[in-house]
Amino acid sequence: MKAKGKKPELIPFPSQTVGPYFQIGLSRPEPTSQIAPPGVPGERLKLVCSVFDGQGWPLNDALVEIWQANANGKYHHPDDRQKKPVDPAFLGFGRMATNNEGICVFETIKPGRVPGPGKNPQAPHLTVSVFARGVLKRMATRIYFAGDAANEEDFVLARVPKARRNTLMAQPVPGEPGTWRFDVHLSGKQETVFFDV
Amino acid sequence: MYPPYKPTLLRSPRKPLIVLPHTLSEVTGPVYGHGDISETDNDLTRQHDGEPLGERITVSGRVIDDNGRAVPNTLIEIWQCNAAGRYRHHVDRHAAPLDPNFSGAGRTLTDGQGRYFFTTIKPGAYPWQNHPNAWRPAHIHFSLFGTAFCQRLVTQMYFPDDPLFPFDPIFNSIPDEKARKRLICKFEMDLTKPEWSLGFRFDIVLRGREGTPFESKR
Repeated sequence: MKAKGKKPELIPFPSQTVGPYFQIGLSRPEPTSQIAPPGVPGERLKLVCSVFDGQGWPLNDALVEIWQANANGKYHHPDDRQKKPVDPAFLGFGRMATNNEGICVFETIKPGRVPGPGKNPQAPHLTVSVFARGVLKRMATRIYFAGDAANEEDFVLARVPKARRNTLMAQPVPGEPGTWRFDVHLSGKQETVFFDV
Repeated sequence: MYPPYKPTLLRSPRKPLIVLPHTLSEVTGPVYGHGDISETDNDLTRQHDGEPLGERITVSGRVIDDNGRAVPNTLIEIWQCNAAGRYRHHVDRHAAPLDPNFSGAGRTLTDGQGRYFFTTIKPGAYPWQNHPNAWRPAHIHFSLFGTAFCQRLVTQMYFPDDPLFPFDPIFNSIPDEKARKRLICKFEMDLTKPEWSLGFRFDIVLRGREGTPFESKR
Protein backbone atom coordinates (compact mmCIF):
# COMPACT_ATOMS: atom_id res chain seq x y z
CA MET A 1 0.00 0.00 0.00
CA LYS A 2 1.11 3.52 -0.29
CA ALA A 3 1.83 6.37 0.66
CA LYS A 4 2.56 8.43 3.57
CA GLY A 5 0.75 11.74 3.63
CA LYS A 6 -2.01 10.72 1.23
CA LYS A 7 -5.55 11.47 2.28
CA PRO A 8 -7.35 8.22 3.04
CA GLU A 9 -9.75 8.79 0.19
CA LEU A 10 -6.80 8.88 -2.22
CA ILE A 11 -5.18 5.59 -1.28
CA PRO A 12 -5.36 3.12 -4.16
CA PHE A 13 -7.91 0.37 -3.70
CA PRO A 14 -6.75 -3.12 -2.79
CA SER A 15 -6.94 -5.93 -5.33
CA GLN A 16 -8.99 -9.07 -4.96
CA THR A 17 -8.79 -12.35 -6.80
CA VAL A 18 -10.65 -12.72 -10.10
CA GLY A 19 -12.05 -15.96 -8.68
CA PRO A 20 -13.19 -18.92 -10.78
CA TYR A 21 -15.93 -17.15 -12.74
CA PHE A 22 -14.08 -14.31 -14.45
CA GLN A 23 -15.01 -15.52 -17.91
CA ILE A 24 -18.51 -14.19 -17.32
CA GLY A 25 -17.22 -10.65 -17.17
CA LEU A 26 -13.85 -10.63 -18.89
CA SER A 27 -14.67 -12.41 -22.13
CA ARG A 28 -15.15 -9.29 -24.22
CA PRO A 29 -13.85 -7.82 -26.37
CA GLU A 30 -14.04 -11.30 -27.88
CA PRO A 31 -11.28 -13.51 -26.56
CA THR A 32 -8.46 -11.71 -28.22
CA SER A 33 -5.89 -14.29 -29.15
CA GLN A 34 -5.16 -12.22 -32.22
CA ILE A 35 -3.24 -9.21 -30.96
CA ALA A 36 -2.09 -8.42 -34.49
CA PRO A 37 -4.47 -9.29 -37.33
CA PRO A 38 -2.85 -10.54 -40.54
CA GLY A 39 -1.34 -7.72 -42.53
CA VAL A 40 -0.06 -5.73 -39.56
CA PRO A 41 3.57 -4.91 -40.35
CA GLY A 42 6.19 -6.77 -38.33
CA GLU A 43 7.74 -10.15 -37.70
CA ARG A 44 4.84 -12.49 -37.02
CA LEU A 45 4.88 -14.53 -33.83
CA LYS A 46 2.80 -17.27 -32.35
CA LEU A 47 3.20 -17.00 -28.61
CA VAL A 48 2.30 -20.06 -26.55
CA CYS A 49 1.87 -19.08 -22.87
CA SER A 50 1.54 -21.62 -20.07
CA VAL A 51 0.75 -20.91 -16.43
CA PHE A 52 1.90 -23.27 -13.63
CA ASP A 53 1.48 -23.38 -9.87
CA GLY A 54 4.22 -23.98 -7.31
CA GLN A 55 4.16 -27.73 -7.87
CA GLY A 56 4.37 -27.41 -11.62
CA TRP A 57 0.70 -28.17 -12.27
CA PRO A 58 -0.85 -26.21 -15.12
CA LEU A 59 -3.64 -23.77 -14.23
CA ASN A 60 -6.80 -24.26 -16.27
CA ASP A 61 -8.38 -21.17 -14.71
CA ALA A 62 -5.87 -18.39 -15.32
CA LEU A 63 -6.28 -15.26 -17.41
CA VAL A 64 -3.34 -13.77 -19.33
CA GLU A 65 -3.38 -10.21 -20.66
CA ILE A 66 -0.75 -8.80 -22.98
CA TRP A 67 -0.01 -5.18 -23.86
CA GLN A 68 2.60 -4.34 -26.43
CA ALA A 69 3.97 -1.75 -28.84
CA ASN A 70 3.87 -2.12 -32.61
CA ALA A 71 6.85 -3.04 -34.77
CA ASN A 72 8.00 0.58 -34.68
CA GLY A 73 8.14 0.56 -30.91
CA LYS A 74 5.08 2.79 -30.58
CA TYR A 75 2.09 2.17 -28.34
CA HIS A 76 -1.44 2.78 -29.57
CA HIS A 77 -2.05 5.27 -26.77
CA PRO A 78 -2.41 9.06 -26.62
CA ASP A 79 0.44 9.41 -24.11
CA ASP A 80 2.95 7.85 -26.51
CA ARG A 81 4.04 11.04 -28.23
CA GLN A 82 6.77 9.50 -30.38
CA LYS A 83 6.62 10.60 -33.98
CA LYS A 84 6.13 7.10 -35.31
CA PRO A 85 3.19 5.61 -37.17
CA VAL A 86 0.41 3.69 -35.44
CA ASP A 87 -1.66 1.10 -37.24
CA PRO A 88 -5.42 1.44 -36.56
CA ALA A 89 -5.75 -2.34 -36.98
CA PHE A 90 -3.30 -2.94 -34.15
CA LEU A 91 -4.44 -1.98 -30.67
CA GLY A 92 -1.72 -4.05 -29.00
CA PHE A 93 -3.92 -5.79 -26.43
CA GLY A 94 -4.69 -9.47 -26.05
CA ARG A 95 -6.54 -11.40 -23.38
CA MET A 96 -7.03 -15.15 -23.11
CA ALA A 97 -8.05 -17.65 -20.48
CA THR A 98 -5.89 -20.76 -20.23
CA ASN A 99 -7.33 -24.05 -21.47
CA ASN A 100 -7.44 -27.41 -19.69
CA GLU A 101 -3.72 -27.84 -20.32
CA GLY A 102 -2.97 -24.45 -18.80
CA ILE A 103 -2.13 -22.96 -22.17
CA CYS A 104 -3.24 -19.91 -24.12
CA VAL A 105 -1.97 -18.86 -27.53
CA PHE A 106 -1.56 -15.37 -28.96
CA GLU A 107 -0.94 -14.36 -32.56
CA THR A 108 1.03 -11.16 -32.77
CA ILE A 109 4.10 -9.38 -34.10
CA LYS A 110 7.40 -8.76 -32.41
CA PRO A 111 7.30 -5.28 -30.89
CA GLY A 112 9.95 -2.73 -31.73
CA ARG A 113 12.15 -1.12 -29.10
CA VAL A 114 10.45 1.53 -26.99
CA PRO A 115 12.30 4.31 -25.17
CA GLY A 116 13.77 3.64 -21.76
CA PRO A 117 15.00 6.02 -19.11
CA GLY A 118 18.60 6.03 -20.35
CA LYS A 119 20.10 6.56 -23.76
CA ASN A 120 19.34 3.01 -24.89
CA PRO A 121 15.85 2.03 -25.87
CA GLN A 122 14.41 -0.99 -24.09
CA ALA A 123 14.77 -4.43 -25.61
CA PRO A 124 11.67 -5.74 -27.41
CA HIS A 125 9.20 -6.88 -24.76
CA LEU A 126 5.53 -7.41 -24.03
CA THR A 127 3.95 -6.51 -20.70
CA VAL A 128 1.94 -9.27 -19.12
CA SER A 129 -0.74 -9.47 -16.42
CA VAL A 130 -1.66 -12.84 -14.93
CA PHE A 131 -4.84 -13.39 -12.95
CA ALA A 132 -6.35 -16.54 -11.44
CA ARG A 133 -8.43 -17.94 -8.65
CA GLY A 134 -6.16 -17.92 -5.62
CA VAL A 135 -4.03 -15.10 -7.03
CA LEU A 136 -4.75 -12.15 -4.78
CA LYS A 137 -3.61 -9.43 -7.13
CA ARG A 138 -2.67 -9.00 -10.74
CA MET A 139 0.81 -10.41 -11.25
CA ALA A 140 2.78 -8.19 -13.62
CA THR A 141 5.68 -9.52 -15.65
CA ARG A 142 7.34 -9.04 -19.03
CA ILE A 143 8.12 -11.28 -21.97
CA TYR A 144 11.49 -10.74 -23.65
CA PHE A 145 12.91 -12.77 -26.53
CA ALA A 146 15.78 -15.13 -25.79
CA GLY A 147 18.83 -14.39 -27.88
CA ASP A 148 17.88 -10.80 -28.77
CA ALA A 149 21.09 -8.78 -28.64
CA ALA A 150 19.23 -5.80 -27.17
CA ASN A 151 18.54 -7.78 -23.97
CA GLU A 152 22.13 -7.08 -22.90
CA GLU A 153 21.45 -3.36 -22.60
CA ASP A 154 17.89 -3.45 -21.29
CA PHE A 155 17.57 -1.45 -18.09
CA VAL A 156 14.74 -3.58 -16.66
CA LEU A 157 16.60 -6.85 -17.18
CA ALA A 158 19.60 -5.21 -15.54
CA ARG A 159 17.54 -4.85 -12.35
CA VAL A 160 16.79 -8.58 -12.31
CA PRO A 161 19.31 -10.96 -10.72
CA LYS A 162 21.14 -12.71 -13.54
CA ALA A 163 20.10 -16.17 -12.41
CA ARG A 164 16.41 -15.24 -12.72
CA ARG A 165 16.48 -13.39 -16.06
CA ASN A 166 15.70 -16.55 -17.98
CA THR A 167 12.24 -16.60 -16.37
CA LEU A 168 11.43 -13.53 -18.48
CA MET A 169 12.57 -15.04 -21.78
CA ALA A 170 10.27 -16.49 -24.39
CA GLN A 171 12.09 -19.38 -26.07
CA PRO A 172 11.83 -20.32 -29.74
CA VAL A 173 10.07 -23.64 -30.24
CA PRO A 174 12.38 -25.98 -32.18
CA GLY A 175 11.08 -26.96 -35.58
CA GLU A 176 8.30 -24.36 -35.53
CA PRO A 177 9.65 -21.13 -36.99
CA GLY A 178 7.91 -18.06 -35.56
CA THR A 179 6.55 -19.94 -32.55
CA TRP A 180 7.75 -18.92 -29.09
CA ARG A 181 6.99 -20.43 -25.75
CA PHE A 182 6.65 -18.51 -22.49
CA ASP A 183 6.04 -20.24 -19.16
CA VAL A 184 4.72 -18.44 -16.10
CA HIS A 185 5.49 -20.12 -12.78
CA LEU A 186 3.50 -18.41 -10.06
CA SER A 187 5.62 -20.05 -7.38
CA GLY A 188 8.14 -22.84 -6.90
CA LYS A 189 11.74 -23.40 -7.97
CA GLN A 190 11.29 -21.74 -11.34
CA GLU A 191 9.23 -18.85 -9.98
CA THR A 192 8.83 -16.16 -12.63
CA VAL A 193 10.09 -12.67 -11.89
CA PHE A 194 7.13 -10.43 -11.10
CA PHE A 195 7.27 -6.66 -10.96
CA ASP A 196 5.90 -4.03 -8.66
CA VAL A 197 4.68 -1.51 -11.22
CA MET B 1 -0.21 -15.55 0.18
CA TYR B 2 -3.07 -15.90 2.66
CA PRO B 3 -3.23 -19.53 3.92
CA PRO B 4 -6.89 -19.43 5.03
CA TYR B 5 -7.71 -18.89 1.32
CA LYS B 6 -6.30 -22.24 0.31
CA PRO B 7 -5.43 -21.90 -3.38
CA THR B 8 -3.09 -19.01 -2.53
CA LEU B 9 -0.63 -21.56 -1.10
CA LEU B 10 0.57 -22.80 -4.48
CA ARG B 11 -0.26 -19.73 -6.50
CA SER B 12 1.61 -16.96 -4.71
CA PRO B 13 5.19 -15.96 -5.40
CA ARG B 14 7.61 -16.31 -2.51
CA LYS B 15 10.26 -14.00 -3.86
CA PRO B 16 9.89 -10.23 -3.51
CA LEU B 17 8.53 -8.25 -6.43
CA ILE B 18 11.12 -6.27 -8.34
CA VAL B 19 10.35 -2.58 -8.42
CA LEU B 20 9.91 -1.38 -11.98
CA PRO B 21 10.23 2.35 -12.59
CA HIS B 22 7.54 3.48 -14.97
CA THR B 23 8.46 3.58 -18.65
CA LEU B 24 6.26 4.11 -21.67
CA SER B 25 5.29 0.44 -21.33
CA GLU B 26 3.77 0.99 -17.88
CA VAL B 27 2.09 4.36 -18.47
CA THR B 28 0.18 3.21 -21.53
CA GLY B 29 -2.55 0.59 -21.83
CA PRO B 30 -5.48 -0.44 -23.98
CA VAL B 31 -7.93 2.34 -24.82
CA TYR B 32 -11.54 1.57 -25.55
CA GLY B 33 -14.22 3.66 -27.20
CA HIS B 34 -17.96 3.89 -27.22
CA GLY B 35 -18.01 1.52 -30.19
CA ASP B 36 -17.00 -1.25 -27.78
CA ILE B 37 -20.07 -0.74 -25.57
CA SER B 38 -23.71 -1.42 -26.35
CA GLU B 39 -26.72 0.27 -24.85
CA THR B 40 -27.71 -2.40 -22.34
CA ASP B 41 -24.17 -3.25 -21.29
CA ASN B 42 -24.45 -1.22 -18.08
CA ASP B 43 -27.98 -2.38 -17.25
CA LEU B 44 -27.87 -6.04 -16.25
CA THR B 45 -31.65 -6.04 -15.78
CA ARG B 46 -32.33 -5.35 -19.47
CA GLN B 47 -30.20 -7.94 -21.23
CA HIS B 48 -32.96 -10.53 -21.70
CA ASP B 49 -36.62 -10.67 -22.65
CA GLY B 50 -37.77 -10.63 -19.05
CA GLU B 51 -36.49 -9.04 -15.89
CA PRO B 52 -34.23 -10.90 -13.47
CA LEU B 53 -35.53 -11.73 -10.00
CA GLY B 54 -34.03 -9.92 -7.05
CA GLU B 55 -33.60 -6.57 -5.44
CA ARG B 56 -32.97 -3.97 -8.17
CA ILE B 57 -30.01 -1.72 -7.37
CA THR B 58 -27.96 0.99 -8.99
CA VAL B 59 -24.23 1.11 -8.39
CA SER B 60 -22.56 4.36 -9.24
CA GLY B 61 -19.40 6.21 -8.43
CA ARG B 62 -16.34 7.97 -9.68
CA VAL B 63 -12.96 6.60 -10.68
CA ILE B 64 -10.03 8.78 -9.64
CA ASP B 65 -6.31 8.24 -9.27
CA ASP B 66 -4.35 8.75 -6.09
CA ASN B 67 -3.56 12.30 -7.12
CA GLY B 68 -7.29 13.01 -7.08
CA ARG B 69 -7.59 13.24 -10.85
CA ALA B 70 -10.60 11.80 -12.60
CA VAL B 71 -9.95 8.75 -14.79
CA PRO B 72 -12.16 9.46 -17.82
CA ASN B 73 -13.26 7.13 -20.63
CA THR B 74 -11.92 4.03 -19.00
CA LEU B 75 -13.45 0.57 -19.31
CA ILE B 76 -15.10 -0.96 -16.24
CA GLU B 77 -16.22 -4.56 -16.43
CA ILE B 78 -18.30 -6.24 -13.73
CA TRP B 79 -19.56 -9.76 -13.13
CA GLN B 80 -21.65 -11.29 -10.40
CA CYS B 81 -23.93 -14.14 -9.39
CA ASN B 82 -27.71 -13.83 -9.45
CA ALA B 83 -30.01 -13.03 -6.52
CA ALA B 84 -29.99 -16.70 -5.50
CA GLY B 85 -26.21 -16.86 -5.32
CA ARG B 86 -25.56 -18.75 -8.56
CA TYR B 87 -23.18 -17.79 -11.36
CA ARG B 88 -23.98 -18.52 -14.97
CA HIS B 89 -20.80 -20.56 -15.31
CA HIS B 90 -20.23 -24.27 -15.81
CA VAL B 91 -17.95 -24.51 -12.78
CA ASP B 92 -20.63 -23.26 -10.36
CA ARG B 93 -22.41 -26.27 -8.84
CA HIS B 94 -24.27 -24.45 -6.06
CA ALA B 95 -27.76 -25.92 -5.70
CA ALA B 96 -29.51 -22.64 -6.36
CA PRO B 97 -31.52 -21.78 -9.46
CA LEU B 98 -30.14 -20.04 -12.51
CA ASP B 99 -32.18 -17.06 -13.64
CA PRO B 100 -32.95 -17.20 -17.38
CA ASN B 101 -33.12 -13.40 -17.37
CA PHE B 102 -29.74 -12.76 -15.82
CA SER B 103 -26.27 -13.20 -17.31
CA GLY B 104 -24.40 -11.29 -14.62
CA ALA B 105 -21.98 -9.37 -16.85
CA GLY B 106 -21.81 -5.63 -17.40
CA ARG B 107 -19.45 -3.08 -18.87
CA THR B 108 -19.29 0.65 -19.26
CA LEU B 109 -16.93 3.53 -19.90
CA THR B 110 -16.47 6.28 -17.34
CA ASP B 111 -17.55 9.71 -18.53
CA GLY B 112 -15.31 12.78 -18.79
CA GLN B 113 -15.39 13.22 -14.99
CA GLY B 114 -14.64 9.56 -14.27
CA ARG B 115 -18.26 8.75 -13.36
CA TYR B 116 -19.93 5.44 -14.06
CA PHE B 117 -23.33 3.91 -13.52
CA PHE B 118 -24.69 0.35 -13.43
CA THR B 119 -28.18 -1.03 -12.87
CA THR B 120 -28.29 -4.63 -11.68
CA ILE B 121 -29.78 -6.81 -8.97
CA LYS B 122 -28.22 -7.42 -5.59
CA PRO B 123 -26.16 -10.62 -5.79
CA GLY B 124 -26.79 -13.36 -3.22
CA ALA B 125 -24.33 -14.94 -0.83
CA TYR B 126 -23.19 -18.43 -1.82
CA PRO B 127 -21.30 -21.38 -0.38
CA TRP B 128 -17.90 -22.42 -1.66
CA GLN B 129 -15.60 -25.32 -0.90
CA ASN B 130 -12.69 -23.53 0.75
CA HIS B 131 -13.42 -24.84 4.26
CA PRO B 132 -16.43 -26.38 6.05
CA ASN B 133 -19.51 -24.15 5.81
CA ALA B 134 -17.68 -21.48 3.82
CA TRP B 135 -19.90 -18.70 2.42
CA ARG B 136 -18.92 -15.70 0.34
CA PRO B 137 -20.46 -12.38 1.32
CA ALA B 138 -22.48 -10.77 -1.48
CA HIS B 139 -20.11 -9.08 -3.90
CA ILE B 140 -19.70 -7.75 -7.41
CA HIS B 141 -16.39 -8.28 -9.25
CA PHE B 142 -14.91 -5.09 -10.74
CA SER B 143 -12.22 -4.89 -13.42
CA LEU B 144 -10.67 -1.56 -14.40
CA PHE B 145 -8.01 -0.73 -16.96
CA GLY B 146 -7.42 2.88 -15.99
CA THR B 147 -5.43 4.59 -18.69
CA ALA B 148 -2.22 2.64 -18.15
CA PHE B 149 -0.81 -0.83 -17.51
CA CYS B 150 0.27 0.28 -14.03
CA GLN B 151 -3.32 1.19 -13.11
CA ARG B 152 -4.87 -2.19 -13.92
CA LEU B 153 -7.09 -3.28 -11.05
CA VAL B 154 -9.35 -6.25 -10.45
CA THR B 155 -11.21 -6.19 -7.16
CA GLN B 156 -14.55 -6.97 -5.53
CA MET B 157 -17.22 -4.64 -4.18
CA TYR B 158 -19.09 -5.64 -1.04
CA PHE B 159 -22.32 -4.40 0.54
CA PRO B 160 -22.66 -2.64 3.91
CA ASP B 161 -23.13 -4.61 7.13
CA ASP B 162 -22.72 -8.10 5.67
CA PRO B 163 -22.66 -10.61 8.55
CA LEU B 164 -20.30 -12.87 6.56
CA PHE B 165 -17.35 -10.43 6.56
CA PRO B 166 -15.55 -11.93 9.59
CA PHE B 167 -15.70 -15.41 8.08
CA ASP B 168 -14.59 -14.72 4.52
CA PRO B 169 -10.91 -15.44 3.77
CA ILE B 170 -11.03 -13.58 0.47
CA PHE B 171 -12.29 -10.35 2.06
CA ASN B 172 -9.80 -10.84 4.90
CA SER B 173 -6.88 -11.57 2.59
CA ILE B 174 -6.46 -7.78 2.65
CA PRO B 175 -4.51 -7.38 5.87
CA ASP B 176 -5.43 -3.77 6.65
CA GLU B 177 -8.92 -3.25 8.02
CA LYS B 178 -9.19 0.27 6.61
CA ALA B 179 -8.23 -1.04 3.18
CA ARG B 180 -10.85 -3.80 3.41
CA LYS B 181 -13.51 -1.24 4.26
CA ARG B 182 -12.74 0.69 1.08
CA LEU B 183 -14.23 -2.22 -0.83
CA ILE B 184 -17.62 -1.81 0.87
CA CYS B 185 -20.00 0.41 -1.07
CA LYS B 186 -22.22 2.93 0.70
CA PHE B 187 -25.98 3.06 0.61
CA GLU B 188 -27.12 6.48 -0.60
CA MET B 189 -30.63 7.81 -0.62
CA ASP B 190 -29.57 10.33 -3.28
CA LEU B 191 -28.75 7.49 -5.68
CA THR B 192 -31.94 5.64 -4.76
CA LYS B 193 -34.64 6.02 -7.39
CA PRO B 194 -38.18 6.34 -6.02
CA GLU B 195 -40.34 3.32 -6.79
CA TRP B 196 -37.45 1.74 -8.69
CA SER B 197 -34.05 0.88 -7.19
CA LEU B 198 -31.80 1.16 -4.15
CA GLY B 199 -28.66 3.21 -4.76
CA PHE B 200 -25.11 2.37 -3.71
CA ARG B 201 -22.02 4.51 -4.17
CA PHE B 202 -18.67 2.92 -4.94
CA ASP B 203 -15.91 5.44 -5.67
CA ILE B 204 -12.71 3.76 -6.82
CA VAL B 205 -9.14 4.98 -6.46
CA LEU B 206 -6.48 3.69 -8.89
CA ARG B 207 -2.80 4.15 -8.35
CA GLY B 208 -1.34 7.12 -10.17
CA ARG B 209 0.86 6.95 -13.19
CA GLU B 210 3.74 9.01 -11.86
CA GLY B 211 5.79 8.99 -8.73
CA THR B 212 7.46 6.22 -6.84
CA PRO B 213 5.89 2.83 -7.09
CA PHE B 214 4.32 1.77 -3.86
CA GLU B 215 5.86 -0.58 -1.47
CA SER B 216 3.93 -3.76 -1.64
CA LYS B 217 4.02 -7.15 -0.13
CA ARG B 218 2.78 -9.36 -2.84
